[in-house]
Amino acid sequence: MIEDQSSFTKRSRGSSLEGSIVKYIFLACASLSILTTLAILLTLSYQAYEFFKEISIIEFLTGTRWTPILKPRSYGVLPLVSGTLLVTVIAAMVAIPIGLSTAIFLSEYAPDWLRRIIKPILEVLAGIPTVVYGYFALTFVTPLLQVFLPDLIIFNALSAGIVMGVMIIPMVSSLSEDAMISVPRSLREGAYALGATRYEVSLRIVVPAALSGIIAAFIIAISRAIGETMLVTIAAGATPKLTFDPTESIQTMTAYIVQLALGEAPVGSLEYNTIFAVALVLFALTLFMNLLGFWIVTRFREEY
Amino acid sequence: MSSNSHNSINPNRRSRVIIGNIVYVLFLLSVLVGIVGLIVLIIDVLTGGLPWMSWHFIFDYPSRKPAEAGLFSALMGTVWLMFMTALITVPIGVCAAIYLEEYAPRNLFTRIIEINVANLAGVPSIVYGLLGLSLFVYYIGTSDEFLGRSVLAGAMTLSLLVLPIVILASREAIRAVPNSYREGAYAMGADQWQVIKGVVLPSAIPGILTGTILAMSRAIGEAAPVIAISALVYLTFIPSHPMDRFTVLPIQIYNWVSRPQDEFRGLAAAGIIVMLVLLLSMNAIAVFLRNKYQKRSEE
Repeated sequence: MIEDQSSFTKRSRGSSLEGSIVKYIFLACASLSILTTLAILLTLSYQAYEFFKEISIIEFLTGTRWTPILKPRSYGVLPLVSGTLLVTVIAAMVAIPIGLSTAIFLSEYAPDWLRRIIKPILEVLAGIPTVVYGYFALTFVTPLLQVFLPDLIIFNALSAGIVMGVMIIPMVSSLSEDAMISVPRSLREGAYALGATRYEVSLRIVVPAALSGIIAAFIIAISRAIGETMLVTIAAGATPKLTFDPTESIQTMTAYIVQLALGEAPVGSLEYNTIFAVALVLFALTLFMNLLGFWIVTRFREEY
Repeated sequence: MSSNSHNSINPNRRSRVIIGNIVYVLFLLSVLVGIVGLIVLIIDVLTGGLPWMSWHFIFDYPSRKPAEAGLFSALMGTVWLMFMTALITVPIGVCAAIYLEEYAPRNLFTRIIEINVANLAGVPSIVYGLLGLSLFVYYIGTSDEFLGRSVLAGAMTLSLLVLPIVILASREAIRAVPNSYREGAYAMGADQWQVIKGVVLPSAIPGILTGTILAMSRAIGEAAPVIAISALVYLTFIPSHPMDRFTVLPIQIYNWVSRPQDEFRGLAAAGIIVMLVLLLSMNAIAVFLRNKYQKRSEE
């Protein structure tokens, strides 16, 4: 489409002063996104650098105790990382099987009218603010879990993880469904002609053919779970702990940032700089996941 | 692939059909998890919040006594923040979209911008909050009178967050304008800027508007980046100018949820109802605009 216009574009280029000025305004707006990325990187690195002047990187990355506000102070980020991973793993265990099954159902089984009902419902699920999920985890899911696990404390990783799993189902399902829909019909028809049943076609033809897109969907959803903030701040607790027991109260990286941001830590203090060091770890982790997802899609895409 | 399948598929047709039915039921149950989850969530919020809904809840300021508490300051803060975010985001987002759709040559720089916009959408929202905190609140904002923890600083931060969404939506709207419109205008002797100003933008505006409203409805629920900017959660006034301090609905809800007393949980649920009603009406407006526009363009 753009190539079609190029002959017109060339002729009209420079034909009015106003036209060439606005072009540069548009270019500046588009470049703002690059500035944003640079600003994020510079801000986080600069403040984290201030932090690492006082605390060694080794202590930060390998320490197993995170008590930056209470004495004796200790700055090992591992408890926050383990808290984040614990909630994320629980969420993935909920969202991946359910999201993938939902995608297969929508793409391979559901008639058109049913898909038109289910998809908007899932979109609503994706559009609900995360504070609401926090409220839901705290006032509904935790009491429900306490029926089965009487010793469960109010703030725990399990409840937050399960609700986060439900929250990212739409993300897994819609991205995987997109990948499955783009698998050509001829592959399915070939399998049916050989006598395969519908579930055999779904699981042995469509899913393998769309695998790169499906795995990318998982990774993007997991990256979203790592960066999720309000839900875990409300429901998972505020006690940084190096544990993989889902019934314990933990703290994630994001929840720590919110806890400190709420307290108006004085600028330039070590406390203030801790949030940037933690945010840098968080940013690096999500960026890595996003790039991995992007790489898998482009590297392993099956071209038909 | 085919030889594998051949070896592993059981030739007994009946057992395969039974397995197929079991798998079908499992898929169906999975779909139900999402739907039932949504229904239970809505019932949970309604039963918790409806007893606390009243006009005084909407028009009163927060209070330490649950029976007297309201969310007027948070509601007005949200309205202020959304209005200003839209004011900043729409011009920048639309201009960036016009550049990428109408001007951008197919080169490395354009590709970098596109990848970058996609990547920005994946950055956790709290990271934007920290960017806003150190850049707008402390670096540019020198005192409480200028920027500081103000509505404007919050709006600038949220703008960076929703900008990728507005850009993507605007690009789609611009792409949907038929090329014949442009060619018609070029044939009449218009230059590129005249074509954009006179033909492309007017036809793309409904789509841009729809995308913007949807982006704003996402911004309404964002608490994390705004917490980093506004910090303060107990306000008994509404912002009167862009440099005023502010709070928003999701922060007020968070504040109530995090208190141990049941009464405050009820207030939180009532606040959630107000926020969801706001969200749903914005989505309804977006859907209405989209349908109206689609009908017109089919004529």
